[in-house]
Amino acid sequence: MNDGAFRIDRHRFAVEHFSSRLHWRHGLWLALAFFGSFVLAHAQSDTQRIPSAIGTLFIWLPFILKGFGLNLLMSFIAMACATVLGVGLGLLQISHSRWVSLPAWFITHLFRNSPWLVILFMVMFLVPFEMQVPGLGIVRLPDWVKATFAFSLPVMANISEILRGAVNSIPKGQWESAESLAFTRAQTLRWIILPQCIRRAIPPWMNWYALLALATPMASVLGVREAVGNAQAAMEAAGARPEFLLPFYLFLLCLFFAYIYPIALWTRKLERKYVVAN
Amino acid sequence: MSLQTKSKSPAGADWTADQPIVSLCDVHKSYGSVEVLKGISLDVRKGEVICIIGPSGSGKSTLIRCINGLNDIQKGSIKVEGQEVNDPKLDLLTLRKKVGIVFQQYNLFPHKTALDNVMMAPVLVLKEPKKEVEERARALIAKVRLQGKENAYPGELSGGQQQRVAIARSLAMRPDVMLFDEVTAALDPETVKEVLLTIRELASEGMTCILVTHEMGFAREVADHVYFTDQGVIVEHGPPRQFFTKASDPRTRQFLSQIL
Repeated sequence: MNDGAFRIDRHRFAVEHFSSRLHWRHGLWLALAFFGSFVLAHAQSDTQRIPSAIGTLFIWLPFILKGFGLNLLMSFIAMACATVLGVGLGLLQISHSRWVSLPAWFITHLFRNSPWLVILFMVMFLVPFEMQVPGLGIVRLPDWVKATFAFSLPVMANISEILRGAVNSIPKGQWESAESLAFTRAQTLRWIILPQCIRRAIPPWMNWYALLALATPMASVLGVREAVGNAQAAMEAAGARPEFLLPFYLFLLCLFFAYIYPIALWTRKLERKYVVAN
Repeated sequence: MSLQTKSKSPAGADWTADQPIVSLCDVHKSYGSVEVLKGISLDVRKGEVICIIGPSGSGKSTLIRCINGLNDIQKGSIKVEGQEVNDPKLDLLTLRKKVGIVFQQYNLFPHKTALDNVMMAPVLVLKEPKKEVEERARALIAKVRLQGKENAYPGELSGGQQQRVAIARSLAMRPDVMLFDEVTAALDPETVKEVLLTIRELASEGMTCILVTHEMGFAREVADHVYFTDQGVIVEHGPPRQFFTKASDPRTRQFLSQIL
């Protein structure tokens, strides 16, 4: 295996510790809790004339899943933007010119260390809801697009740091041997350093995707019609009965869990693979 | 000296093969306030094999790395084929095409196969046609006795095999001078031999070689000239027969008695 040459052993113990805890059966426990909550909710609804909580949830299911589709869409687009911008920002950060690296460092740390909700509010109020685009006339920027952009900013900053860290983790000898073979700095980055960084950066990159996907419901605060916002709207429309709360929110939890947990497992597997390969 | 007048013609254009191919004159190098090279002067003629020996920390590796510009110097002059290395206007590409270096830690590119490691610089830096380079690279891999390992990744090769790929990788740039920086120091004893064999072949083909080494037997057998450095200066030098048997300086004698 060519993995043999990659040395990532710093997190070895942390990773092993973690992965021994993560297992598919945890999803089962959650599903059990979910269905258990219906029994509980059913017992609480004393009269048969009103539809049960599970019946209500079932009626509103397409509406909530449609919202979840928007969560996924926002997470994909935001991650794509964050990756492109983050790699660019990371490359600026490792520039040898202080005039380039310092601003890049500042932007990186500004967005890394701000609450996502604050970034979300700021983007919502600072970015106009429509824009004059040459050739296209006035283009409306729906709230979900603005929210997507807002979510991409903190992830961009973290990807910038991932890139910087990965580049710094490549042994100095790689730079030296490239230099002695007459590679320029840009050629060394392009052909020797960055290709080696990709493997190291994939697990943390996936981690940030998971965090990003889990953060998308924040957009509901601003009226974006994603899964959580739609679920709340559905509960409201169905009479806002308190026994809805547990099954509805547990359903949302299961929905996100079912999506994110495989990603988390896969990330751990990759991390471990790189450790074992060493 | 560093303030020597430079000719108007391209650097080194007036150099002829009967002059030293590498010429160091009063080279000083410091890391911060620590001076590691305190006035080193030595000449290497084309086709010569030079061994630099000495206790660790005596500045041997620094010296050799200065020759291809990996380390800069504070004072003095280093000329390769008449071209001043310590010149800020130096075209590093030209220098590095002339001078190849092999490191103690091989520093192969782990994400590339042995063949790609050898081919990368000629294809990407010199922009030579890929087909031509591949032919040459395969021949070089055969030359270092690694036929069949073309598609192996560095992680699948032993230390000695990796080091031989590193030698082939340097040779692919068709250098005039090869620098070897303690290339066997990190190897298992049984693989040291195969690497030394490769270097010996190179030397016998007339490649100019400058080696920093702890392999005294090898230095004695292969070198045309041996330099002993200690604390940043050349203490003693001479042809190996004379150097190893009739060392005059007490520091050299003490070092040799510890090593041999």
